[in-house]
Amino acid sequence: MPDSASITRDEVAHLARLARLALDDDEIDRFGPQLDVILGAVSRISELDTADVPPTSHALPLTNVTRPDEVRPGLTQSQALAMAPAAEDGRFRVPRILGEEA
Amino acid sequence: MSATDLTRLTAARTAAVIAAGEASALEVTEAHLERIRAVDGDVHAFLHVDTDGARDCARRLDARRSAGEEMGPLAGVPIALKDLIATEGMPTTCGSRILEGWVPPYDATVTRRLREAGLVILGKTNMDEFAMGSSTEHSAFGPTHNPWDLDRIPGGSGGGSAAAVASFEAPLAVGTDTGGSIRQPAAVTGTVGVKPTYGGVSRYGLVALASSLDQAGPCARTVLDAAMLHAVLGGHDPLDSTSIDAPVPAVVEAARAADVRGMRVGVVKQFSGEGYQPGVEQRFREAVSLLEELGATVVEVDCPAFDYAMPAYYLILPSECSSNLARFDGMRYGLRVGDSADASAEGVMARTRDAGFGPEAKRRIMLGTYALSSGYYDAYYGQAQKVRTLIVRDFEAAFEQVDVLVSPTTPTTAFRLGERLEDPLQMYLADLCTIPSNLAGNASMSVPVGLAPEDGLPVGLQVIAPPTADERLYRVGAALESALSDRWGHLLIDEAPELSLNTTEAAL
Repeated sequence: MPDSASITRDEVAHLARLARLALDDDEIDRFGPQLDVILGAVSRISELDTADVPPTSHALPLTNVTRPDEVRPGLTQSQALAMAPAAEDGRFRVPRILGEEA
Repeated sequence: MSATDLTRLTAARTAAVIAAGEASALEVTEAHLERIRAVDGDVHAFLHVDTDGARDCARRLDARRSAGEEMGPLAGVPIALKDLIATEGMPTTCGSRILEGWVPPYDATVTRRLREAGLVILGKTNMDEFAMGSSTEHSAFGPTHNPWDLDRIPGGSGGGSAAAVASFEAPLAVGTDTGGSIRQPAAVTGTVGVKPTYGGVSRYGLVALASSLDQAGPCARTVLDAAMLHAVLGGHDPLDSTSIDAPVPAVVEAARAADVRGMRVGVVKQFSGEGYQPGVEQRFREAVSLLEELGATVVEVDCPAFDYAMPAYYLILPSECSSNLARFDGMRYGLRVGDSADASAEGVMARTRDAGFGPEAKRRIMLGTYALSSGYYDAYYGQAQKVRTLIVRDFEAAFEQVDVLVSPTTPTTAFRLGERLEDPLQMYLADLCTIPSNLAGNASMSVPVGLAPEDGLPVGLQVIAPPTADERLYRVGAALESALSDRWGHLLIDEAPELSLNTTEAAL
């Protein structure tokens, strides 16, 4: 556990980049202190001794579920594209993905 | 029967009236559409009203009934759906700009089951964006107002579903509950809300917030109505790999039995004291005494790890949410911002997400991103998962002593709109008592137990049962409801103030 949950302005900007959120400066200024308060509050969980406690990722025991490998109807091309922000030649049209700056 | 009378009936009674031919499904639907037109300008429970679709559905049901077809126990009853439940042909926005106008190409399993059972879908209800919030103020389309006091919050995230039911715009609604989003709105609107056991209702077609916590369930004005809806919604679904492959617990029978004689009831020690409104604690204590009078045995139960449920939840939920909401990237559906010839996909994603998500969604996405970061993962997300184990163990120990646990549903009555909007931690406190059930997967209900003396606003009592023992909620809830209604001479919701009717607004 980090000594203090204090979060810097640079860290907020970094988190926003990781989360693909193009925050403006005002947002970064506003979210920083709020995230700090929330992290301070949730850091209380470090008080509990959990050395011998296994983690729980899910409310109920999970088993893998399979189904017969049979062809079933899915969405048609026009259904899949109906709500696309942009479509071209029966496909999703997306911005360029090569030559990214990041 | 007048249109007003038709909107005041319970769902069970509405179905009976239709089955007996005293009113048609179309008349019942028209009465509710008229009520929505008259009051929803003030309440704003709905984001979308499907006037034509509801009428068509009701007409078809009436035709099938005339043809002598056997109908289900809720056939013809109108219902409202929280706007994260996929509905073919009807928008599903999750209260977010990023999905504004999105119409799903398929129905959620919940939607399909309702249609097959002959319920009439009136429309989609308002919610905090992607179900993140306790007030509906985080909806991108403006808040819902509490029918008991329009200046107050209706709870959240499913405030629209609870307010629709409380304002007699619909006898039934479906909500989803990740940390209290069915139960807390039920408590503050004087209605009944149930979070079934995790896996009891299919999640297929529900837009995910936190997949290990999300659960859909019924919103209603009576415990029996909630049970009847639960029976329609629940059951195994091969399309949801976490769906429980077992029959729905006998919830309707339990609601009809309404009997707590011999039941052992545990009062959770952790959920009282500082931060709890006196009137909430008073009505809760009175309700617990009533359970004793009705033949239950009451003991206090210590669940020390519950003190850490909220911090654990606010690490687990943002972690899952930051992953789930990664799908909103502006590529295949939803909003796209900044798409120009020289824009990169990554730049478009970041601008789309900044423009499309509201502040609470952004906060939780960043918190989750932080908690899952290398270097912090073990201390935050890993530790939270271990605390989750401790909470499960507290429940297991408690349910060795008692059949159900009870607590206030939420520490205070409905707070004022705006009061906690800029203080996320204060907002999170509204779900203090409801969160443990989500972390452990328990079944839980909120049932109205009176009005707080200091402000005259509804108080809810939470009943918690072990996983897959959902029927116990209905025994306790129905017993309380029945005894309190006998005492008052009516349901609590009948004390809600009359809303002013807008009769001039043009037809929707």
